[in-house]
Amino acid sequence: MTLNRRHFIGTGFAAASLLSVPMVWGQAKPRVVVIGGGAGGATAARYLAKDSAGGLDVTLIEANPIYTTCFFSNLYLGGFREFESLQHGYDGIAAGGVTIINDMATGVDRAAKTVTLAGGQTVPYDRLILSPGIDFRDGAVPGWSADAHAEIMPHAYKAGPQTQLLKSMIESMPQGGTFAMIAPPNPYRCPPGPYERISMVAHALKQNNPTAKILVLDPKENFSKKALFEEGWAKHYDGMVEWVGPEFGGGAVEVRPDTMEIVVDGEIQKVDVCNVIPGQMAGKIAAIAGVTDDSGWAPVHPDSMKTKADDNIYVLGDSSAQGDMPKSGYSANSQAKVASMTIRGELLGSNVFPAKYSNTCWSLIAPDDGVKVGASYEPTPEKIASVESFISATGEDAALRKATYEESIGWYSGITADMFG
Amino acid sequence: MIRQIFLALTLAAATALPVAAERIGDAARGATLFDRQCKACHQIGDGATNRVGPTLSNIFGRKAGTVAGFKYSKSITRMGADGLTWTLQTLDAYIENPKALVSGTRMNYRGMADASARADLMAFLRDYSDQPANIPESEPTARKSEPTLDPAILAIQGDPEYGAYLSSECSTCHRRDGADEGIPAITQWPPEDFVVAMHAYKSKLRPHPVMQMMASRLSNDEIAALAAYFATLE
Ligand SMILES: Cc1cc2nc3c(=O)[nH]c(=O)nc-3n(C[C@H](O)[C@H](O)[C@H](O)COP(=O)(O)OP(=O)(O)OC[C@H]3O[C@@H](n4cnc5c(N)ncnc54)[C@H](O)[C@@H]3O)c2cc1C
Repeated sequence: MTLNRRHFIGTGFAAASLLSVPMVWGQAKPRVVVIGGGAGGATAARYLAKDSAGGLDVTLIEANPIYTTCFFSNLYLGGFREFESLQHGYDGIAAGGVTIINDMATGVDRAAKTVTLAGGQTVPYDRLILSPGIDFRDGAVPGWSADAHAEIMPHAYKAGPQTQLLKSMIESMPQGGTFAMIAPPNPYRCPPGPYERISMVAHALKQNNPTAKILVLDPKENFSKKALFEEGWAKHYDGMVEWVGPEFGGGAVEVRPDTMEIVVDGEIQKVDVCNVIPGQMAGKIAAIAGVTDDSGWAPVHPDSMKTKADDNIYVLGDSSAQGDMPKSGYSANSQAKVASMTIRGELLGSNVFPAKYSNTCWSLIAPDDGVKVGASYEPTPEKIASVESFISATGEDAALRKATYEESIGWYSGITADMFG
Repeated sequence: MIRQIFLALTLAAATALPVAAERIGDAARGATLFDRQCKACHQIGDGATNRVGPTLSNIFGRKAGTVAGFKYSKSITRMGADGLTWTLQTLDAYIENPKALVSGTRMNYRGMADASARADLMAFLRDYSDQPANIPESEPTARKSEPTLDPAILAIQGDPEYGAYLSSECSTCHRRDGADEGIPAITQWPPEDFVVAMHAYKSKLRPHPVMQMMASRLSNDEIAALAAYFATLE
């Protein structure tokens, strides 16, 4: 007879804490391994350890000892944040009872249920969570590859040294020079991210290089909060930002990093800084684990974030293909809570409640001019579907925009505490 | 009084209402209540100035936290920026229980439980408001959507374990350690105030799009579960 947890509780030990699972029968605790200590993975590891109160053996595998948030990295470019304020270590998560392994995961053996690390170690799991963020698609922007050209034309779409490099390039741009951005096609992380970045670059240039130009080359007709950004650019940075959509060649741009040129619609143009944000796909380990499909993302069940490919593997955040939720830190955090509740239910028999998801993305357009967009989501059989949504309006008064910006600072403080302890 | 009657008549004529516009309450009784409960801190009428509290002249139709020269709590300023405007409905909720509508208000007033007394007080305040746009007599039906919560909803016993899960949505923005940087703290609330506040978001009485969205999909049981969970926190 197998003694399961429900049975155990049923036999009169219910008075003991519902959450702590005593080590009995000489059996090891169920093991949950999380790959990727970013928005999704950090939250999942922390919540699994916290809510199981020692009942699970939780290991977090993360390549970097320090995580730099992409969220608010645009504010750093605009001069509103110090770089250090974007950085978070793993001590808080470790203190919550999570084993941290600082290494790169290079393989997943789904039959043996083990993860292999670059350092050679093998880590066994009962449930595996992947939250590895994004990787760039090879050849997404003709003439550019991450390995060869990111130092010349930075993406700054994984925060860290790339973000610092982009900032220093903006600061040393010649007077009246041109900053170009190659915007990504859908789907990509943080739908308003490129446009918040344009706003912040414009703000920085307005201070020190007011005759500079910003050129946005975009393969999309429409983008997140477009009306709000366009209103803000006209109001704060009149004449500085030129947005070129697909109709005028924004979707077919070639770059020449060696000569700092871009080719738009057959026309060669010299630029001073070029921020290439290429097309994206799930972090590579998801494909290595075999849980992605032809789209390059990992399809998951909408009620749990469990992959469609493997009942023991969950994918969170940017790497997942789940439906209507944008790829954001907020979404990843929200999904992590549903997944960790589901996994506790599976491994420890705790209650599983209906999945609820939500997201809000704040963007800063200029000093004290913040806007936001958000929605709540619920699982349907097909996908995670949007239930209700809101967006800031054009023409809002200054007090509301300032309150929205202040709220975003509160959100950053709240969510990073929720992720990293 | 003259103006009030005049207004009621013109509006009744303009919109051809089938019934006579309802009066808010008895302004004379309201004046007595004002003297006893409000006057120590608030002035109203000719030459009124800000004291411990802001002047209450022209309160109807005014955005919360906007009397010039008065130093408001962070909480009320924030709600004003989010769109809280003093109407019969919002003011009624505020007088009933100030902290249930504006958690961090500095107004040190325990609230007025009696709905008809509140109505009298508002009838009095209304006489000092020359911005009739949002005034209740213009819309008799406004009296029907009382903000008071069904006692049966307040009596629901929530499941704290469910509340713990639901609360993980709150802690995305609200810090568990109670820090308040741009987003208010939500720890250490009396459960009843919590339930009233969440229902005020759900019914869109409290402004703020994120909170309205979060609350609108919570059932009565889920709000009770959250309250039960938060009550277990230190
Ligand atoms: C400019 C910009 C602005 C943004 N602004 C916002 C915002 O305001 N609000 C918001 O909600 N979101 C914002 N985002 C989006 C947000 O950063 C991402 O959606 C979020 O980080 C996704 O979380 P994740 O867990 O999927 O991946 P990540 O946070 O990227 O975490 C992935 C982690 O996995 C690690 N990793 C990957 N592969 C391996 C491996 N094989 N082995 C070990 N470790 C590995 C990486 O080192 C990384 O730490 C922004 C993004 C950008 C680029």
